Amino acid sequence: MIVTYVFVFLFLLMAGYMIWLNAAERKELQANVNNTKQDSTSENVIRGSIVTEDGTTLASTSVSEDGTQIRYYPYENVFAHVVGYASNGKSGLEAYANSQLLSSHISLVDQLRSEEKGEKVQGDTVVVTLDPALQQAAYYALGSYKGAVVVMEPDSGKILAMISKPDFNPNTISQDWDSMVTDETNSALLNRATQGLYPPGSTFKILTSLSYIRENPDTYSQFSFNCQGSLSREDVTITCYNGEVHGQEDLKASFAHSCNTAFAQIGLDMDGDDFRETAEDFLFNTSLPTDLQHSESVFELDGNSSYGEQMTTAIGQGDTLVTPLHMALIASTVANGGILMKPYYIARVETAQGELVSETDPSAYGELMSVEEAEILTGFMEETVNGGTASALLGAGYTAAGKTGSAEYETGGTTGTHSWFVGFSNVEDPDIVVAVIAEDGGTGSQTAVPIAKAIFDAYYYG
Amino acid sequence: MTGLMNLGMQAAKYLMIIMMVIYTVQSYTVFRRTSVRAKQYVFLRQNVSMFLLHFLAFTVMFLKTMDLQLLIFYGAQAIYLGFTLVLFCNLYPKASRLLINNMCMLLTIGMIMITRLSYDWSIRQFKIMIAGTVLALVIPVIIRKIMVITRMAWAYTFVGIGLLALVLVAASVTNGAKLSLSIGGFSFQPSEFVKIIFVFAVAGLLTEARNFKRIVIATGLAAVHVLILVVSRDLGSALIFFITYLVMLFVSTRNPFLVLAGLLAGCVAAVAAYFLFSHVRVRVQVWLDPFADYANTGYQISQSLFAIAAGGWLGTGLYNGSPTAIPYVAQDCMFSAICEELGGIFAICLILVCMSCFIMFINISMKLTNRFYRLVALGLGTTYAVQVFLTIGGATKLIPLTGVTLPLVSYGGSSVLSTLILFAIVQGLYMLRRDEEEQDEEERRKELRQYQNPGNPPGFGEAGDQYR
Repeated sequence: MIVTYVFVFLFLLMAGYMIWLNAAERKELQANVNNTKQDSTSENVIRGSIVTEDGTTLASTSVSEDGTQIRYYPYENVFAHVVGYASNGKSGLEAYANSQLLSSHISLVDQLRSEEKGEKVQGDTVVVTLDPALQQAAYYALGSYKGAVVVMEPDSGKILAMISKPDFNPNTISQDWDSMVTDETNSALLNRATQGLYPPGSTFKILTSLSYIRENPDTYSQFSFNCQGSLSREDVTITCYNGEVHGQEDLKASFAHSCNTAFAQIGLDMDGDDFRETAEDFLFNTSLPTDLQHSESVFELDGNSSYGEQMTTAIGQGDTLVTPLHMALIASTVANGGILMKPYYIARVETAQGELVSETDPSAYGELMSVEEAEILTGFMEETVNGGTASALLGAGYTAAGKTGSAEYETGGTTGTHSWFVGFSNVEDPDIVVAVIAEDGGTGSQTAVPIAKAIFDAYYYG
Repeated sequence: MTGLMNLGMQAAKYLMIIMMVIYTVQSYTVFRRTSVRAKQYVFLRQNVSMFLLHFLAFTVMFLKTMDLQLLIFYGAQAIYLGFTLVLFCNLYPKASRLLINNMCMLLTIGMIMITRLSYDWSIRQFKIMIAGTVLALVIPVIIRKIMVITRMAWAYTFVGIGLLALVLVAASVTNGAKLSLSIGGFSFQPSEFVKIIFVFAVAGLLTEARNFKRIVIATGLAAVHVLILVVSRDLGSALIFFITYLVMLFVSTRNPFLVLAGLLAGCVAAVAAYFLFSHVRVRVQVWLDPFADYANTGYQISQSLFAIAAGGWLGTGLYNGSPTAIPYVAQDCMFSAICEELGGIFAICLILVCMSCFIMFINISMKLTNRFYRLVALGLGTTYAVQVFLTIGGATKLIPLTGVTLPLVSYGGSSVLSTLILFAIVQGLYMLRRDEEEQDEEERRKELRQYQNPGNPPGFGEAGDQYR
């Protein structure tokens, strides 16, 4: 009888949904910022430490005589956003790895022994992929700029460093809380690396070029454009930065010189829907393959957009918005031959005695572009270093490839230019990817490239 | 000492899950067993696992609280459960043993969790359970002996609509909805009982409905019920009534177009309600994103989900979680509390036990020959299934939360009382069927005898006996 089947189906649906909730949704719910359930277990468990793979402690808990737990962050502001805080709510790894830090896998005998003595059980240690030397180098290189830095390994997806400024001192978060929450101009609590949405500026030309190559696989190399310094269509005029005139150039040279006029023309030539498809292949308008709290990047253009929108979107202005982590993932895909590795922070979880509890294996998200496409874009990005806007990276003892960006913005009447760089080093077999944004830093070459160079230098020369 | 005790309580937690799994498996294997003896063993195993589960739970709760009252209360409950089983099985040997067992199991789980949540509530609930059980023992007799109940459709309709209208006019508002009436210090929710009356009314109206005009009248009267509930903001009950009516209409007319038209009308009404009533919009928005307005409208469902996540597969163990963080936990979100402290596996088993009840209801309905009784059993089964789906689906965010109780498990006097009555009615119908079977058997035997002795020609009788 059909009625019986319908209801039996509903019952089984509930059972299946329960299985799905437990198998797939549980971790996210436990890491939800509003969830204070875990806090009650901290009465029996000493919150575990967060350490790096080389054994540097980033966060640890000491228990005072009266039993209160004090969380201590030896590096203060340097790891503020990525490690996060565990009072006044939770953020960063403290939120993401909360359940691991509060569960204990020490042996039953040890557990019984400490319970016998009325002691608390030591929670598990979370070992993270962050590299303290690189993190500090990046932190000081960004200096007093507001902005963000992401450093990662393209062939594994390991996050090696993540900076967001302005920052805060997690040791004094409770005292500073009220003033920080009310200070809306700085939004120091926001992790700009994963949640800050910026216009990508010229760094977006990586995807514009890719989309153009996909639309013209046989003829893109014959692209030729005579840059006169500006290009107008209807009421919109695109000019090259600082009034430069680049003259006759092919696609590679247009890319290396970051010629806005040439790319505006490419924007007009391309089909808006195809362009959108490329952008969405690269995870615009969707969430990134990471459980860490992040914003979704935005790409608005489609087949019905105006000429003005086509031109501005092609040069990374317009309505497009991107997070620094997302730009790092795009560069990482180029560096890794078209395959995006899922970014991750937690290398493994250990008991307080150092026995392995669980381990993260690098895993691929998917092939976002072909090996050939990755090679072409790598060539373009190399040219940017060899004879273009990122030439400050030349002659450093390592090879590099990248793309600069000078993203103009206008919010509430004030205008300015954010300085961008994304790229990677050791072009033959890329070692690290760096994404830098310095708010109001001017052109990419001015500010972001020197910051990236300092990070590359720190990686190779310590 | 504390270390060993914790270890013991951990072991008890796992044992309770195992007992629940054994019970659940048995409630399905019984459908496959054919011999009476094998079935008896299955039912016995179910009772053993139920009593063990009850014992383990109260042992853990006693060790956690060291409250001697709990021991006495445990004894009282165990005696109650034993009496209920023995009385039902002996007074009504023809009753469905599976339904009795499931009823007792669901009550046991309910009592464990309510006691865990609040000792005072559990005492109140226990008293109502006893009263309900006494009532439940009488009901099957009424169903079997008093035939007039099949011919009172109009009376049911007026009583039902009258009670619901009274609620709308005179009821106190709880949580935004008009639900309960207070009479002499007792407050009760008439909609819980009207649910049953409604099924009887619809069964009566549809049994008599031989032409389209009568179906229109029945539909109109059902719509009045649903509309009063919608205006009282009791959306959960409104949905239960609506779906129950559609199912009964479909089964009695076998006309899929009527049901499609009904569903379509329901969808239009739902969309209209979404745009007309702000509280409906809020429910849907909260369902889509509970964390958008976490502190206010999204709080209950967020806490419910956090509880489920905290429990995981195995649960935190009794008193190790914080289910009381969920507002109205004992009424609306009992399922989440069970998920948190007894675990996801236990909760999934609970869903399957409820499904076993539903299958049994439908089973009984299909075997009844009287059209009226058939529709009643089907209608009651449907209200039960829809209610389980609304409360569990709501607490897990599968569907928007409507705030109905989990029958026999949730805290709430009207709910437990009406569900006990519902189970007893279905038991009565089941016995009715077995009476019928017996009559059939008798008649067949009579026919057989007549056939064997047509006109009793001498000399054939003995031969016939040999073939028997």
